[in-house]
Amino acid sequence: MKKEQPPRAFKVYAIKNGTVIDHIPEGKALELVDLLNLRKWKKIVTVGIGFSSKKFGKKDIIKIENKELNPEEVNKVAIIAPTATLNIIRNFKRVKKEKLKIPETIEGILKCPNPACITNHEPVVTKFYQEKNTSLHVRCRYCERYFNQDEIEIIK
Amino acid sequence: MESFKNRDIISIRDFSKKEILYILEVAKKFKNKPHASLLKNKILASLFFEPSTRTRFSFESAMERLGGSVISLADAKASSSAKGESVSDSIKIVEKYCDVVVMRHSLEGSARLAAEVSRNPIINGGDGANQHPTQTFLDLFTIMETQKKLGGLNVAIVGDLKYGRTTHSLAYALGMFGAKLHFVSPTALRMPKYVTHELKKMKAKYAEHKHPEQIMPKLDIFYATRIQKERFPDQLEYEKVKDVYVITNKLLTKVKKNFKIMHPLPRVNEINYEVDETPYAYYFEQANNGLYVREALLALVLGKA
Repeated sequence: MKKEQPPRAFKVYAIKNGTVIDHIPEGKALELVDLLNLRKWKKIVTVGIGFSSKKFGKKDIIKIENKELNPEEVNKVAIIAPTATLNIIRNFKRVKKEKLKIPETIEGILKCPNPACITNHEPVVTKFYQEKNTSLHVRCRYCERYFNQDEIEIIK
Repeated sequence: MESFKNRDIISIRDFSKKEILYILEVAKKFKNKPHASLLKNKILASLFFEPSTRTRFSFESAMERLGGSVISLADAKASSSAKGESVSDSIKIVEKYCDVVVMRHSLEGSARLAAEVSRNPIINGGDGANQHPTQTFLDLFTIMETQKKLGGLNVAIVGDLKYGRTTHSLAYALGMFGAKLHFVSPTALRMPKYVTHELKKMKAKYAEHKHPEQIMPKLDIFYATRIQKERFPDQLEYEKVKDVYVITNKLLTKVKKNFKIMHPLPRVNEINYEVDETPYAYYFEQANNGLYVREALLALVLGKA
């Protein structure tokens, strides 16, 4: 009689050092890979799409080996995936777990969607003020208009 | 209250209620008493990259009446901006020749950027569809002058509320002071969500109407604006509504004694000329008030008031 296959021990293997971005909204992982420029990261990056999640139903995961994100990268993740959690792994141990928060002021990451805004005509570092905690709702410092997540573009 | 010396006047958002009231108080002093040499030896650079008659004249006259002098961009088409010079470069050059700059530019946020690169104060004379703060200050000054208060008033803002930038900042400022706002416009030109969103946030009272007749008896201020034909995607739609928003003496039979009509001007046909003779017409006095408000702002940012 054939033995029943055991359940998969690991869906994705644990990493020794690096960052695990968990609870990414389903379908956003690849966008984050591009945004963080991870295709050019010379070490291993594991991308998981469509994992089950108690909280969200489905979720994506990214594991980046030998890299800890800098504050600007953390802000980028928060903007694309505000529900994500960030785990810093050192020697197979999770040394830090961080819930992400969209920063109150976002400098230089977003492009203003208003074609008449000065930031789209002159070399100005964009600056947006975040209005809510939960989802992206920002006001441009220059043209003073409001934008939602689905209207805003990220500067790559 | 932060000192006004060297401050930029970019957006109504940058000012607290207390600061706005202080500006209005200083403007009143200037209206009551001329100060012919207050700004002697001070130079205003008047940079209107976009055409303007009333705002520019008003600023230049204000500076001259206070004893200062004006250097001015004669024709935007002949300026270096037309040759492709950026706003920030233009400002970095011009600010060295003057003590204060007033500018108008079609790009939104241009005045904010100018203020970031200039050591001298920048006054925004209109940045595209965004802000025109000195208009808002003169509107508030006029309301205060005629009603002796800003809070608790019933103010109708009428006409093109979608594109009319003066109506957005005025609604914001009046909401801050606790006035009750009545937005009267055709459906296609309703007050944009981002304005009503802010009003809700500050718990301001407002209502929307399609016709002004019913609310006339309770109004203190009727702020009319121009409805431009070209704003309508459907010209038939324009033909239907164009006469609804024309003020005639007939509309004014049941108004309160203190009722006043305002308009940022130029008018086309929103206010019938017969209304000019009524005690309710206040739009020319309103335009005139622009002079005192701009005198006050120039004196304040130059540390002389």
